Amino acid sequence: MTAPPIRAVGLTRWFAGTPVLGHVDLTVAAGELVVLLGPNGAGKTTLLRVLAGLLRPSGGELALFGVDVRRGADTVRGRLGYVGHETACYPDLTGAENLAFYAALFALRDARARIAELLAWAGLEAAAHRRVRTYSRGMQQRLALARALLHRPALLLLDEPFTGLDPEAAERLAARLAALCAEGCALVLVTHDLERTAPLATRTAVLHRGRIVWQGTGDAAAIAAAYRAAVGEEGGCGRR
Amino acid sequence: MRAALTILRKDLRIEWRTKESLSSFVVLGILLLVVFTVAHDPTPAEAPALAPAVLWVTFVFTGILGIQRGFLLEREQDCLAGLLTAPVDPAAIYAGKLAANLVLLGVLEAVVVPLVGLLLHVELGAVLPGLLLALLLGAVGFAALATLFAAVAVRVRAREVMLPLLLLPLLVPVLIGGVKATAAVLAGGLAGARDALGVLLAFDAIFVTAGWLLFPYVVRD
Repeated sequence: MTAPPIRAVGLTRWFAGTPVLGHVDLTVAAGELVVLLGPNGAGKTTLLRVLAGLLRPSGGELALFGVDVRRGADTVRGRLGYVGHETACYPDLTGAENLAFYAALFALRDARARIAELLAWAGLEAAAHRRVRTYSRGMQQRLALARALLHRPALLLLDEPFTGLDPEAAERLAARLAALCAEGCALVLVTHDLERTAPLATRTAVLHRGRIVWQGTGDAAAIAAAYRAAVGEEGGCGRR
Repeated sequence: MRAALTILRKDLRIEWRTKESLSSFVVLGILLLVVFTVAHDPTPAEAPALAPAVLWVTFVFTGILGIQRGFLLEREQDCLAGLLTAPVDPAAIYAGKLAANLVLLGVLEAVVVPLVGLLLHVELGAVLPGLLLALLLGAVGFAALATLFAAVAVRVRAREVMLPLLLLPLLVPVLIGGVKATAAVLAGGLAGARDALGVLLAFDAIFVTAGWLLFPYVVRD
């Protein structure tokens, strides 16, 4: 039996004496798309950054693909894609140069073809040789998504991936995420956009005050009801 | 090694395109040289004795500015997250950033050294190989520490103040070694500076090793 892409047990993270994550238990299997919901300040972004290896856990266990991140995070990093609140693309390089830079870091063999394919998917072919600084917010977000997909990750961590996308690009992203899920990629999505992500999700988890307080499946209405019940008046969002 | 070269090429490409570090390097470097020269108003006999101090003060203050800029590149749009989620040893990131900083310091030296010769009436021709060696060794020690501390300082709010505060006390041995080696080279050529260059080389080895080993710990939260 292969190890799940994510297995977190009792995961904690503290900032300056304040617990931001308190005993998070989360397992994500290959081919699962887990949507992470929660009110502002619930710890969603922190959890995603811990899963991505950008923050060290303060306590608990975290294994990615069966590898304990404290001992062998370097060995699994090439299988992980991450898009945070910012694009991680250099504003003074062009879109194509950014992708070529990351392709070189990931030592991609078919870099040129893969970059061309992803620029076409992102609708950035015409802007590929323009500096990213001149891109609109939506174009930058599409480039960030292309960057995260470049090396065909087996685990994709996305923080508000639909932000800034026009409806057409958002549809294209939703279709891509569904296809990745079908191919066996594990995905964790932080979002407030329940209407768009509920049909894609194989599971939804609600994070509240640093703990997962509800996990389940259902349509957007059912999840929104479960979210309100779990979070109460604090969670002013959850359904758009 | 491959990742370090990729990062070096990327940094140099961005610098070539924006010239943000280079322009601040050159302008501040020339300004400091002119201020020192005018303020001290040295006679031709006194000027060569002043040259090592002027050279190193200019070098350190302009260098801090440029090296800090190198890490702000990674801060903008959280590009550091992109580097840290790639299958790259953080030590390779350190090596790439260190190499880029050394190239920039080399450009700075290429501008500043002839100006020191010109403004302070120092005959550089005969001592140039020794002088370049002293500056290179000093630059390696300086860049090794500055690259490490720039990675720390870039994450805090008062980063412009924090980098000099963290860096300058630890930089004292390199500064003393650099000034002594430069003075010895200017006075007696390479042969007379052997001891001072040896001390600089030892500090380089310590600081590069420390940077290489510590960078993975300082670059992650």
